Amino acid sequence: MLELVIISALNGVLYGLLLFLMASGLTVVFSMLGVLNFAHAGFYMLGAFFGFQISKWFGFWWALLLAPIIVGLIGAAVERFALRDIHRSGHVAELLFTFGLAYVIEEVVQIVWGKDPVDYRGPPSLDFPAFSIFSTNYPSYKVFMFAISVAIFVALLIVIKRSRIGLVVQASLTHPQMVAHLGHNVGLVFTLVFGVGIGLAALAGVIAGPILQTQSNMAASLIALLFVIIVVGGLGSLAGAFVASLLIGLIQTFAVSLDGSLASLFGPLSPDAPQFLIRNIWTVTIAQVAPIIPYALLILVLILRPMGLFGTRET
Amino acid sequence: MIPAIEVRAVNKSFGNVEIIRNLNLRIEKGERHAVIGPNGAGKSTTFNLISGYLAPTSGDVLLNGQVVSGLPPFEINRRGLSRSFQLTNVFARMTVWDNVRCAVLWASGQRYAFWKSMDDLQDVNERTIRILEDIHLAARRDVIAGLLPYAEQRALEIGITVAGGSDVIILDEPTAGMSRAETDRAMALIKRLTEERTLVIVEHDMNVVFGLADRISVLVYGEIIASGTPAEIRNDPRVKEAYLGQEAVDA
Amino acid sequence: MTELVSSAPMSRAVPGARLRFYAAWGMVAVLLAAFPSIFTSASSLTTFSLVGTAIIFALSYNILLGQTGLLSFGHAVYYGIGAFFAVHTMNLIPQYGLPVPLPLVPLIGGVAGLLLAILTGWISTRRAGTVFSMISLGVAELAVALALILTDFFGGEDGISTNRTKLPAWFGWHFGPQVQVYYLVAFWVFVSALAMYALTRTPLGKICNAVRDNPERVQFVGYDPHIVRYLAFCFAGLFAGIAGALAAISFESANFTDLGWVKSGAVIFSTYIGGTSIFAGPIVGAIFFVYLSLSLSDYTSVWQLYFGLLFILVVRYAPGGIGGTLLMHRMPFRVGGLGRILRTYAIAAVPTLMLVGGFVLAVETIVHHTVNANEDPRIKAFGVSFDASSPMTWIVAGLLMLIGYFVGRLTWRGVTRAWDDARTIASERGIPS
Ligand SMILES: Nc1ncnc2c1ncn2[C@@H]1O[C@H](COP(=O)(O)OP(=O)(O)O)[C@@H](O)[C@H]1O
Ligand SMILES: [Mg+2]
Repeated sequence: MLELVIISALNGVLYGLLLFLMASGLTVVFSMLGVLNFAHAGFYMLGAFFGFQISKWFGFWWALLLAPIIVGLIGAAVERFALRDIHRSGHVAELLFTFGLAYVIEEVVQIVWGKDPVDYRGPPSLDFPAFSIFSTNYPSYKVFMFAISVAIFVALLIVIKRSRIGLVVQASLTHPQMVAHLGHNVGLVFTLVFGVGIGLAALAGVIAGPILQTQSNMAASLIALLFVIIVVGGLGSLAGAFVASLLIGLIQTFAVSLDGSLASLFGPLSPDAPQFLIRNIWTVTIAQVAPIIPYALLILVLILRPMGLFGTRET
Repeated sequence: MIPAIEVRAVNKSFGNVEIIRNLNLRIEKGERHAVIGPNGAGKSTTFNLISGYLAPTSGDVLLNGQVVSGLPPFEINRRGLSRSFQLTNVFARMTVWDNVRCAVLWASGQRYAFWKSMDDLQDVNERTIRILEDIHLAARRDVIAGLLPYAEQRALEIGITVAGGSDVIILDEPTAGMSRAETDRAMALIKRLTEERTLVIVEHDMNVVFGLADRISVLVYGEIIASGTPAEIRNDPRVKEAYLGQEAVDA
Repeated sequence: MTELVSSAPMSRAVPGARLRFYAAWGMVAVLLAAFPSIFTSASSLTTFSLVGTAIIFALSYNILLGQTGLLSFGHAVYYGIGAFFAVHTMNLIPQYGLPVPLPLVPLIGGVAGLLLAILTGWISTRRAGTVFSMISLGVAELAVALALILTDFFGGEDGISTNRTKLPAWFGWHFGPQVQVYYLVAFWVFVSALAMYALTRTPLGKICNAVRDNPERVQFVGYDPHIVRYLAFCFAGLFAGIAGALAAISFESANFTDLGWVKSGAVIFSTYIGGTSIFAGPIVGAIFFVYLSLSLSDYTSVWQLYFGLLFILVVRYAPGGIGGTLLMHRMPFRVGGLGRILRTYAIAAVPTLMLVGGFVLAVETIVHHTVNANEDPRIKAFGVSFDASSPMTWIVAGLLMLIGYFVGRLTWRGVTRAWDDARTIASERGIPS
């Protein structure tokens, strides 16, 4: 039991960190540009597939370096050549555009790499157990993922707290309407922030790909999860996004590893009791309920605390 | 008599910055009251507090003797207060005709009705026509509001504000950005439309203010430094010093 | 059908307007009644059932998107719940011998959609804009996940099926023959479309538009935008439920994918491409979408990609959709500049088609190499044969795209100039654009 708890906690935190790599870019772009990027998870998927392809040709380390840069550049181009013009038509049009983009990315990935999972592996140099907890070997690739995520997290923190662009980002998080008054090169800042946000998502894709399945449907379910994170954390709050990412990561990981149900608690449903639907609820395992939990959490937070856990602005 | 609007010891802060400090204001029914003061003094913020757009940090706002601070804007509107905005704030993609009709609907008791046709609402449509004629936009009724020239948008802004027939009308710089001639026309319009009603207005043009208002309040740095009849304000030394400057008083 | 343009105000008490209204809807009714005599084949009647369902669904979606400015990513939830309730009703009626005929079943679906919308709408519509969109997606994910758990009701991955002919007959009709189903669908399409059109002309409908344009100002004329959005949401749920029930009647089954994201995406695409600012826009969009999804798949295996790209291009270059773009030409028509604009279109069409052709050629070649790599390289797309392994193909595709792009830029400038001139004339004469 303890073994399960520790392993699940490690995996949950790791998953949470990955989610934060994506959610941070999403929430910063949303606060600064006012664009909710529906295609954000699509770029994460592109990162994974580019990572797969580049590591097949040149090796994993090149993939780790190049894939986020290439995908980030694509993202910057999307901002510069499409989103900026659509901005005039309003937020609904922007959201619709990124929605269409997400759809197209999925189609392209399906055409180029097919619908089945690709065989994307981490570097052979990391193919050994780092340490073992009780009987479980913890792979060193996961330790490496931890290191990368934490390093990026620290780097982000330093950039945001120390650099000029960081100050702009901070200001935009709390006072989004002020961003318009930032001066003439604000366009460049937007493109940069958008590109970096996309690059971070792609990086998450590159490192997560070998562990989670790299497949053309990996984005579709993720984007809703990311929305939950930024709403639950509080719009415009990076700290909130961080906490919510870890929370969702842990909940998801723990729930999946538990197969308790009402039936296992209280025994099988008596045959005299009403069966229709009750039977389903009685026998469903926690693992099966896992996909619901984030959305139930979303609704709960919206009812009890509409500004999110750490939000300053009401959602 | 119960005043139309009473502001009692209201404070408003944004973050740590106190924008409105211990504001007290009493506006009698039927009075024409002008609020003057330099830019950034907090005039629009005061209007936002009265109309429910913002809630005061402390203190109370009373409309016809009832506390309304903390209520949402639509509740305050339903109790008989209507406001205009300093920056034009109309329904940009709808026609002039529909803009005014929407402003008349609630006051005509239609609420959220989805079982009646707008075209059958004689009362609403007649009121709308009257308002359009009043604001001289009858000929422009089928134009999309967002495409109107600036002065006409300002007129529509006033039309939407008075359309519901509220007893208390508050207008935030209705003539901002208008030429001399346009200002005169707009003021004549405002005078006519607000007869027998309570009017609170923010206005920069001193000639207009002294010609129109029964009473004037001077707001500087979030505080009312003087409140009284035009003659009193004209001669108030603090006002002279703080705001008007000698020339304006002589003029 | 210009009467169906919701943005043009019907003038007060003009008898002609009322007459035109009845004439237009009367014509629609006659066309719907005559359709089976013109298109007699069962397959075209089946296609119509598909189209009709899609039309109601898209119109219901436009209550949110076009009328109230709410972009929902989960509208299929209400469609799907309508479908499931319809199927269960159709199973229960013969089981308990209830005297309910099939034509009433869509009402059950509608009520189901309405009730669910009443339940989920209050929180969802508290905020407009982006937050509403995010919540709608969350609710949709929740619904799909729940549907897969509550297998007694939703039938798991397989869904549940029914038999519509088991219901009590309706004046001798058992709804076995396709033409009887056609009339059932046509009736509900007519009634629903008329009801939704009427809704746009009521006080609530007008205030929905006001909330779309300026939710802040609405509060200062006495309306609570939350309640307005909520009511719009409930109406959208009601009609989506009717659409879902009609689909369930046509297919005699319901499946969890009816609630899912593919269905929600389809309604977004068809509504937006058709045009959200005009009542008839979503009708055009639904017909267009169903037609393309049925026919494009015969020409190319990657029609979804083309469809997604088309959608992106519409958002980017023609945000009014088909309907809005057509309507935009009223202004040049009035000032007499339409002829010139159409000529510039014809000129611009040539390089644009080259660009598109080159692009499609390139895509189809890539598809051949990635998807069907082992098959014969002489492939056929859109009826044109070419050899995907030949370098010539690449050269041709590249040249077409290059020439198309650079010449196209020049010719589109001509289009812009023609429009600018028309606009100048219009503003000189005081004609609104
Ligand atoms: N929502 C807000 N957040 C922060 N500061 C505000 C806000 N609204 C107004 N202010 C500040 O309050 C002060 C008064 O503004 P305002 O009431 O618009 O002045 P006036 O209408 O007299 O020109 C200004 O310094 C302005 O910057
Ligand atoms: Mg002001």
